[in-house]
Amino acid sequence: MTPPRLEHPFGQLIDRDAPVTFEFEGETVQGYEGDNVASALIGQGRWLISRSFKYHRPRGPLSLAGHDANTLIQTPTAANRLAEDLPALEQGAVSGQNYWGSLKTDYYAVLDRLGRFMPVGFYYRAFFKPRGVWRFWEKVIRNAAGLGVANLEVAPRYTDKQYLFCDVAIIGAGPAGLNAALTAAAGGAEVLLIDEQVRLGGALTYHRFTLEDDIRAQTLEALSNAVANHDKIRVLTDATCNAWFSDHYLPVFQGDRLYKVRATTCVLATGSSEQPVVFRNNDLPGVILCSALERLLMHHGVCPGGSAVILAGNDNAYLTAITATEAGLPIAAVVDLRPAPDDPTLIAALNERSIALYPNATVYEAHSDKSGLQLGAVTIHSVKSQGHVDAPILRVECQLLAMSAGYMPAYQLACHGGAKLAYHDDKSEFTLTQLPAGMLIAGSVNSVHNFNAVCADGRNAGRGALRALSLQTDSDETVYCEDKVNHPWPIFKHPKGREFVDFDEDLQIKDIINSARLGYRDIQLVKRYSTVGMGPSQGRHSALTTARLIANATERTVTETGVTTARPPVKPESLGVLAGRRFHPIRKTPMDERHRSLGAHMIPAGSWRRPAFYGEPQNRAACIAAEAQAVRTGVGMIDVSTLGGIELRGPDAAEFMNRVYTYGFLKQPVGKTRYAVLTNEQGVIIDDGVAARLADDHFYVTATTTGAAQVYSEMLRWNAQWRLDLDIAQVTSAFSAINVAGPFSRDVLEQAGCDIDLSAQGFPYLACREGLVAGIPARLMRVGFVGELGFELHVPSLLAQSLWDRLMSAGEPFNIKPFGVEAQRLLRLEKGHIIIGQDTDGMSHPGEIGLTWAINRKKPFFVGRRSVDILMSQPLKRQLVGFTLSPAAPKPEEGHLVLRDGDIVGTVTSCEYSPTLDKIIGLAYVHPADTQPGSQVTIRTAQGVCVQAPIATLPFYDPDTTRQQL
Amino acid sequence: MKIMHCPLNGPRNISEFAYGGQVEVMPDPHQCSDKDWASYVFYEKNAIGVVKEWWQHSPSSYWFIAERHNASDDILRTYDPSELFSERVDFTTGENEP
Repeated sequence: MTPPRLEHPFGQLIDRDAPVTFEFEGETVQGYEGDNVASALIGQGRWLISRSFKYHRPRGPLSLAGHDANTLIQTPTAANRLAEDLPALEQGAVSGQNYWGSLKTDYYAVLDRLGRFMPVGFYYRAFFKPRGVWRFWEKVIRNAAGLGVANLEVAPRYTDKQYLFCDVAIIGAGPAGLNAALTAAAGGAEVLLIDEQVRLGGALTYHRFTLEDDIRAQTLEALSNAVANHDKIRVLTDATCNAWFSDHYLPVFQGDRLYKVRATTCVLATGSSEQPVVFRNNDLPGVILCSALERLLMHHGVCPGGSAVILAGNDNAYLTAITATEAGLPIAAVVDLRPAPDDPTLIAALNERSIALYPNATVYEAHSDKSGLQLGAVTIHSVKSQGHVDAPILRVECQLLAMSAGYMPAYQLACHGGAKLAYHDDKSEFTLTQLPAGMLIAGSVNSVHNFNAVCADGRNAGRGALRALSLQTDSDETVYCEDKVNHPWPIFKHPKGREFVDFDEDLQIKDIINSARLGYRDIQLVKRYSTVGMGPSQGRHSALTTARLIANATERTVTETGVTTARPPVKPESLGVLAGRRFHPIRKTPMDERHRSLGAHMIPAGSWRRPAFYGEPQNRAACIAAEAQAVRTGVGMIDVSTLGGIELRGPDAAEFMNRVYTYGFLKQPVGKTRYAVLTNEQGVIIDDGVAARLADDHFYVTATTTGAAQVYSEMLRWNAQWRLDLDIAQVTSAFSAINVAGPFSRDVLEQAGCDIDLSAQGFPYLACREGLVAGIPARLMRVGFVGELGFELHVPSLLAQSLWDRLMSAGEPFNIKPFGVEAQRLLRLEKGHIIIGQDTDGMSHPGEIGLTWAINRKKPFFVGRRSVDILMSQPLKRQLVGFTLSPAAPKPEEGHLVLRDGDIVGTVTSCEYSPTLDKIIGLAYVHPADTQPGSQVTIRTAQGVCVQAPIATLPFYDPDTTRQQL
Repeated sequence: MKIMHCPLNGPRNISEFAYGGQVEVMPDPHQCSDKDWASYVFYEKNAIGVVKEWWQHSPSSYWFIAERHNASDDILRTYDPSELFSERVDFTTGENEP
């Protein structure tokens, strides 16, 4: 048996021919395609959907628009989903959450009766004494207050992102938004129209604006057809614009996709949130907003069972009563907080339909039925004065109470842009002011409520957008709206409490007032102390009441009191969608394939990947030792393409080098290299490399893998100021490089074929040459980073793989072995060569690391010169030195501390076991008094074991530096 | 996300730009006191108002100057550094290289 539903024109979103079923709390629920979980449940007479956060009170839908937290439920894959946002079609088994036992019988509901012992701020004040007791209570409290269960077994969904661009973004496709879109598009603008609902129309899809309801359906059809058929309007429905960021950058969530929208101008037609009346037990399931009842009827064709009472703070609630009567829902009474409706014809309309009207009255208390889980009756009292009532008039049995105390503009997006809210006492309404440039608002978010005025306001916003785009448009229409939709004080304190201001956080009138009494007068402090507005509905239904209560309690105006800052996101958003697809771009050298086929173990180096060593990770140490051994006794080669490469050309190239690097470069001979150290203006060493002078006006400088981009960038900035005559080009990707190192490296190059004189006299240490190697044009530098005879070959990247292959085959007779970063680090450590960034930190100046020889203090200027002078004139605080340990000693790791008399004086920066020397060797910062060879320093290794390490003379290997000069 | 107008590349997302600090005039490194030098290297005035700043469009490595109000975060003007630095700068004090 499928559940009965109302006929047309009710139930516009459902397909009556497509019944669907799902499970809720183990029971089968039937609905139709187009239903959401909440509407299907109410269609079967079930109002109870969740338990409240603090007191575990039964809760059901309030707004049916996804604007409250009363319907948070658990699905098999996710927690904290709103029942009215979940299509009934796609659900398997869903359940309530935040209960112990079952949704109907929640043992934690006892907390409701203990509530008077748990005033606001309870958790702050209790459980913190005696010290440490919170650790016990935290578990108990988190268990009781936990919302839902995260299912860690769920496979992640595919989520992604897309960029969209438009002239005008319009958020909200109600009557204002539709009119704005059509006006802007007609004027030639590209329009993006975004709405939360699945169908265009906003309030037009459910709310009658007049007694006869003759214009609603026609207007809706005409506007939505015009929009759908307009080729300048793109529509995103079922989509939420969750924030406004600078210059109209809008994140729009639609399903599993995040659109990043860049608009030139935007129109907010976001509407407003209907406000509840605050009275005792106003949170019982069955107490809903008027708009929620209209949505139930018009969208889903659900006519709730039993009879209904309408609680009116404005004329709109009367229209809800008329719509409900047409749907066949018996209206037991209309209770008006005001002495009379503004439109007197509404009284006659009620009389015609034999609906009882109680003016100047309120529902003072709601009562549950015998299940205790939903509404059974209400008590009506006449209103004596603001917030006070006389003796009861009568008690009415009813299963539904629909209320409307007024509206709060959906101000969030405007406030993200810096707009302010001002309260108008004559209309008891907040309005938005001080909008950022290029933002327009229209419709009820702009405090315009009358139907014709809303449409005109929308068209005016469209015109405003056209003007902002410098497009032609006609002059604005006059917008006239005198409708008073807000009741000034729909708040009725009851001696027994339980009049809820904030449903998410279970806050009652006294909780808000007590915050003010305790001295939290500022609305921001009230929020932080009481937690009002912190729940998922973010104050949509509580901000207005809170502002009025605090203004009253502190004797200020509501404008002065204000509302708390609105920050993104507007609605909860899924982290999976925020993460989207993940891209990790990796830079590969031309030899990358060769490394892989040789079995290299690759590691990240900046954005690059480089071979750490060649072989299986379990043989790591043996592989590294064998590679190092090959370089020391035979020949090895390493891909150093990741080194940065910068070309400097022009008459001022040498002058520029001389200003940027610490060494002297003016008199550097062509065909020679020099060590190039870079300090920043603070005198800290930030990079190093080798500068080759290829011609009088041409330098080729290398930079470290991770420092290249910054070095290049700083060079450009300096010359933007100095205006020297040279060009600076970053050629890191254009050139690739291989370092051939080891006693047989010269032989390998000769074997490969080289048109350069490679002899020690013809091509000495630190020289550079240009020529052909194995037929490939190359820049060759004799460098000594690993401490052996070696040649660094820089070639155009297109030819690099070919060079690699030719060197490998030329090296075959010499058992050439490719080596990785790990062997290189070991070899350079044996030579005592530092790595910038590993052996230096953000404070290292040249004096601390023994690089004073690389500083030319006679030239007029280099970047950082003055700071280096100042630093060097002060006593050293620490110094980088080498130390050794026996192979059996506990091996210090990078970062281990150097102690002196129990105080920290430095750290270990590099430490390896050297197979060549059969010793542990390392570099460390130590106290300047302990730098003499033979001094002992204390290093605290793993588990706090201290070792005494003797200071060694650098380099550890080949102290006379003969091998690299062969 | 904010949009910045690059003098070379036009309006781009601010995420494409890198901040390079305020434009400061370097004191004569041979004449100024240690204190003046430290003030140049480490301190910024940090007063509310319009500031001149170095910005770089990272994808194109292009440096330019932006005038920005640091309270409203309004970028008032961006322009090529040649507008401020039109003359070749030389450092003449000190001895010559050996």
